[in-house]
Amino acid sequence: MDMLSHDVLIVGGGLAGLRCAVGLCDKYDVALISKVHPIRSHSIAAQGGINAALANNPDARDDTWEKHAFDTVKGSDYLADQDAVEIMCREAPEIVYEMEHWGCPFSRFPDGSIAQRPFGGAGYPRTCYSTDITGHVLLNTLYERAVFKGVKVYPEWHVTALATEDESCHGVIAFDLINGVIMPIRAKATLFATGGYGRVYFYSTNALINTGSGIGIAYKAGVPVKDMEFVQFHPTCLIGTNILMTEACRGEGGYLFNNRGERFMERYAPKAMELAPRDIVSRSIQTEINEGRGFDHPLGRYIRLDLRHLGGKKILERLPGIRKICIDFIGIDPVNEPIPIMPCQHYSMGGIDTDAAGATPVRGFYAAGECACVSVHGANRLGGNSLLDTIVFGKLAAGSIDAYLSGGGAVPDEKAVLRLAGDMEKKISGLVSGGKEKTFALHAELARTMSANVGIFRRQDEMEQALQDIARVRERYRGAGVSSPSRHMNYELMNAIELEYMLEVAHTIALGALLREESRGAHSRRDFTKRDDEKWLKHTIARRGADGSPDTSFRGVAITRYQPMERVY
Amino acid sequence: MITADAYTFRILRFDAKRPEEPPAFQAYRIKVIPGLTVLAVLNRIRDEIDGTLSFRSSCRSAVCGSCAMVINGRIDLACRTQVASFGTSTIILEPLPNMEIIKDLVVDMTPFWKMYEKVRPHLVRESADPVREIRQSEKERGRIDQFVNCILCACCYGACPVISRDPEYMGPAALAKLERFTLDSRDERPENFLDTVNNEKGVWGCDMVLRCIDACPKDVRPTDSIVGLRKALVKKKAKGLLGMKKR
Repeated sequence: MDMLSHDVLIVGGGLAGLRCAVGLCDKYDVALISKVHPIRSHSIAAQGGINAALANNPDARDDTWEKHAFDTVKGSDYLADQDAVEIMCREAPEIVYEMEHWGCPFSRFPDGSIAQRPFGGAGYPRTCYSTDITGHVLLNTLYERAVFKGVKVYPEWHVTALATEDESCHGVIAFDLINGVIMPIRAKATLFATGGYGRVYFYSTNALINTGSGIGIAYKAGVPVKDMEFVQFHPTCLIGTNILMTEACRGEGGYLFNNRGERFMERYAPKAMELAPRDIVSRSIQTEINEGRGFDHPLGRYIRLDLRHLGGKKILERLPGIRKICIDFIGIDPVNEPIPIMPCQHYSMGGIDTDAAGATPVRGFYAAGECACVSVHGANRLGGNSLLDTIVFGKLAAGSIDAYLSGGGAVPDEKAVLRLAGDMEKKISGLVSGGKEKTFALHAELARTMSANVGIFRRQDEMEQALQDIARVRERYRGAGVSSPSRHMNYELMNAIELEYMLEVAHTIALGALLREESRGAHSRRDFTKRDDEKWLKHTIARRGADGSPDTSFRGVAITRYQPMERVY
Repeated sequence: MITADAYTFRILRFDAKRPEEPPAFQAYRIKVIPGLTVLAVLNRIRDEIDGTLSFRSSCRSAVCGSCAMVINGRIDLACRTQVASFGTSTIILEPLPNMEIIKDLVVDMTPFWKMYEKVRPHLVRESADPVREIRQSEKERGRIDQFVNCILCACCYGACPVISRDPEYMGPAALAKLERFTLDSRDERPENFLDTVNNEKGVWGCDMVLRCIDACPKDVRPTDSIVGLRKALVKKKAKGLLGMKKR
């Protein structure tokens, strides 16, 4: 079997992966593997903005990174590690300026500075943006930078397994989709920047590529995952397609109405109203719907997001993408009609357990971006902090990998990679020889139980049901097969391989949620309705045990200067 | 109560690894509820009827640019096209023109990216960066707005009649990208950089039939960029003839 070799392998072509690659490619032989062309990565879909205390907004002249850090910690319901949050918020202005210098076309204030808008859970308007396509402009800018730097890319290559032995990482097993070939790749250092797991849920804003398989691959290879039970549900997603309606809709002044015409957020967050953090707004919307104050539609019950009072000019200027999505996907022009929305899975606070420099407990293996859990988002991420997280920790991971390699690093063990390639060959042979279980049906079953039983509100019996369902799907997965024996351009085969990892991810989410007997941030239990700092001010760590089931442990939260308080908005 | 209508999807099948089998349409009968997009139906066909069907997709919301194809003769993104929008019960799907088919609806975009890379698609700076942002007025930012919206889906590249007869022509998306940087008040690329497109493979190759504008799912007008670049070249030449100083 052939084998490729690089100093550094970066898996994932979104913001975190690209930022890490451009930080290392001058000095090392770097290769970036992405299952889609990097410009198709899900970072492209981020709309609202990126937070940094630039103090450009006339209403925010006294904003500081410390205030940004406080808002982030409070937003996280005090589960974020405060040392890491401080690093991220201190780095933020420099990161935004760097992206601007590299060409990012931010929207501007009349004085020519980068424009900043209000966002949920933030005490100051500090979200830098480019209309409502901020992820698109940032990803284009970083991809442009990668082209300029000549970063080597393997586009449409799927990573299907991670080679770890003796607590060290030796490389990956990749699959070249276009040619249908398994390719072992050895590397001195490997970074996963593989994004979130939205597709583990039935209702999600995420792209179809967001299976979370990267997290599952790392977990299966023995890398611990952290705080998996913390799943963000975005308050405002179009009914039917579940396409994201950016928080900027509310940042720019949009209202939420129930079927009695009430701005119901008054009951839940009287001061912040629609700009309370996402966990609170999502729960409020779901409560309104559950208690019969939603609107009925064949596609599901909904709440109204009303932008009409902003006027056509402001909508066209600040939210043109949202308007176009509404017209294209639901036939509604938000200038004239309210938008029908519901909360949907949106973001993974949990993920691969890393320190504030992207390193994991496995030598030579790093992670950054949504697939990683530093943790800077704790139990609930603030809007505008995810783009920031990707670029800051993509950059810091590059520094950390550089330090590791400069210090000698490790020599990757070829044999470990080849052994794993053999396993993958067996796995693929099994799938293409045609078992009778179809993976799309198994996937749907998994996603349905996750949305129904590990959603916005959680209860012990429901989560136990989810765990049973996951176990049943896992059992049926053993009989999975695909329609065609040909391996090239076989998307059904790729989906089948990823499903195994999605099952691992779902299992850790449901198990973490069941274990955590409190309500904190996005984890809201009907049977344990209060936050319990005495017992639960700690991270959940899950590591795959020898028998395949998760061993869980806990780790304290790093607290520097912000003592846990009651969270009121 | 939602009722489903019966549709026939006729999809062009081809596998470059089996060149001996010529491209042929395959028909799929499927019931579709109103409001479903072409992409949603494609996913159902692959899941429920034919796992061998190949097409690209990701975001489902017209921002990632993966699923450009020809839908009933029109180039568009499958994810933003409503099945019901044609008023017919047959939907014909073909891969994007002007590129080689890899399999079914997936084409080889290598030539598209090659042209993109030719225009130095990044901000070029000569001056040292300031500590804070490089100032840019709202008006200056507005000038590049439509070109910034490009999602590099290659709908325009597939629609361009010039590329179909001259594969060396750079095409609408690459030229729009160049104009996006040329018009950016922060860009400091040498004026003679435009000489690289001052030929029939560049701005003078365009037939001005505006098919790229028609095909763009994001309301970008690549022809505006070509006109803009042509004007800049003519202006530069006039300055040269008048003996004015060149940068």
